[in-house]
Amino acid sequence: MGMRLVSLALLIAAWYVGSQLAGARLLPDPQAVALAIVDEARSGALAFNLGATLARVAVAFVIAMALGSLIGLIMGRSRIADRLGDPWLIVLLNLPALVIIVLAYVWAGLTETAAIAAVALNKLPIATVTVREGARSLDHALDDMAQVFRMGAWTRLRHVVLPQLAPYLAAAARSGLSLVWKIVLIVELLGRPNGVGFEIGVAFQLFDVTRILAYALAFIAVMLAIETFLVQPLERHVARWRPRPA
Amino acid sequence: MSPAGARGRLDVNIKQKSFRAASGGKLHVLGELVFSLRSGELAALVGPSGCEKTTLLRIVAGLDRDFDGHVAIPAHGTLAMVFQEPRLLPWRTVEQNVRLAAPRASDAGLEMLFQTLGLEAHRDHYPGELSLGLARRVALARAFAVKPDLLLLDEPFVSLDDALAARLREELAELVNRRPVTTLLVTHNVEEAIGLADRLLLLSISPARIVADVPVARPRAAHTPAELAALRGEIARRLNQPFSRENL
Repeated sequence: MGMRLVSLALLIAAWYVGSQLAGARLLPDPQAVALAIVDEARSGALAFNLGATLARVAVAFVIAMALGSLIGLIMGRSRIADRLGDPWLIVLLNLPALVIIVLAYVWAGLTETAAIAAVALNKLPIATVTVREGARSLDHALDDMAQVFRMGAWTRLRHVVLPQLAPYLAAAARSGLSLVWKIVLIVELLGRPNGVGFEIGVAFQLFDVTRILAYALAFIAVMLAIETFLVQPLERHVARWRPRPA
Repeated sequence: MSPAGARGRLDVNIKQKSFRAASGGKLHVLGELVFSLRSGELAALVGPSGCEKTTLLRIVAGLDRDFDGHVAIPAHGTLAMVFQEPRLLPWRTVEQNVRLAAPRASDAGLEMLFQTLGLEAHRDHYPGELSLGLARRVALARAFAVKPDLLLLDEPFVSLDDALAARLREELAELVNRRPVTTLLVTHNVEEAIGLADRLLLLSISPARIVADVPVARPRAAHTPAELAALRGEIARRLNQPFSRENL
């Protein structure tokens, strides 16, 4: 914890020195950015834009994780599904995010649905590939055990399969969250009238670096809070059965 | 003592079982195997290592359907198995492991099982926190908690030290005496087989066939040491003999 604070202090110091060298127009100092954050917060714009972006992140993330995990599980368990789905997966994985976004807006208009679908579609193949890896490494011995004891489908999924997939789901969620929010900003920049991405787009046109940094930092803080208060406790809960070094 | 009738009866009628070898040929692992267990009977399958006893047990359990022949398990078909390794869910506690396999088990029933097997103090422990001996006890508790019509035991005490294995054998005998269940025990330990079973089925090396069907009279306490020694000698002689028709 102490080291983390030192590291953070060094970052802010470097930023301050940089701003003195580059000038306030190119790189405003930390105090100016902090004041801008306070200003945006007072007017209510910060909460509104953060909320809009977070909602998009949440919906796209949930859709991509749910669908991606389901498809990954099926592909990992069935060889036919794997052969059928694999080419699609390769196409999706290699389609640039920007192409998916632009096509979604062209086909479905500049709508919320198009925005969220585009983000989810960007994240989906990565979740699928990760969970498929997990499904391939499921323990057959435990499968046999569940079959002998005639465990129901739901019991098997919840108590036999999902705990084995937990590390893979966690990895997919981790990488997914950071990817999704970056793509959401692009989607907002290109075709939404609000959100952090939209604000940054406006600030870019006005060459307002202070505002760009203010929104970026505010959003990083929110994601850090989600990581600390949501993702990490969840991971600890899922890993509670692992023997810890005393 | 064992209830008569066909309710818990097991009929095994295997013509043969082969695996496809990696080289492309066929590996003939089980020969003709025909035997039946009366309801409540405990039979031990004894044979040399590598005679595919586990394969036979997997077929009886319905885990392997790729064989020629037919297996009829008891009518209700409630099955329980103790595998060579405990095969517990590491992410569930001892009690959850048992309850997940036996959702209909009563609290009182579980209480008694945990007590018999000395597991009361470990109910809330995770399998990773248990010794192998304790984990095997949990596997036994899970198997008995479902009140099976057919119990399959695959070398349940292998790789335990002798004293611990003996104690677990006693606990198993107590559980079986309390509630007789048709049981197929796979072991390569002749002592264990004589100690637990009503009947020994001696298997040949692969492709496995039944070399001899040796009844063990009950109660076992009535056996004199001389009788036991004779039985042991007989079994050792039969097991070491190459398979031939006369032995049937």
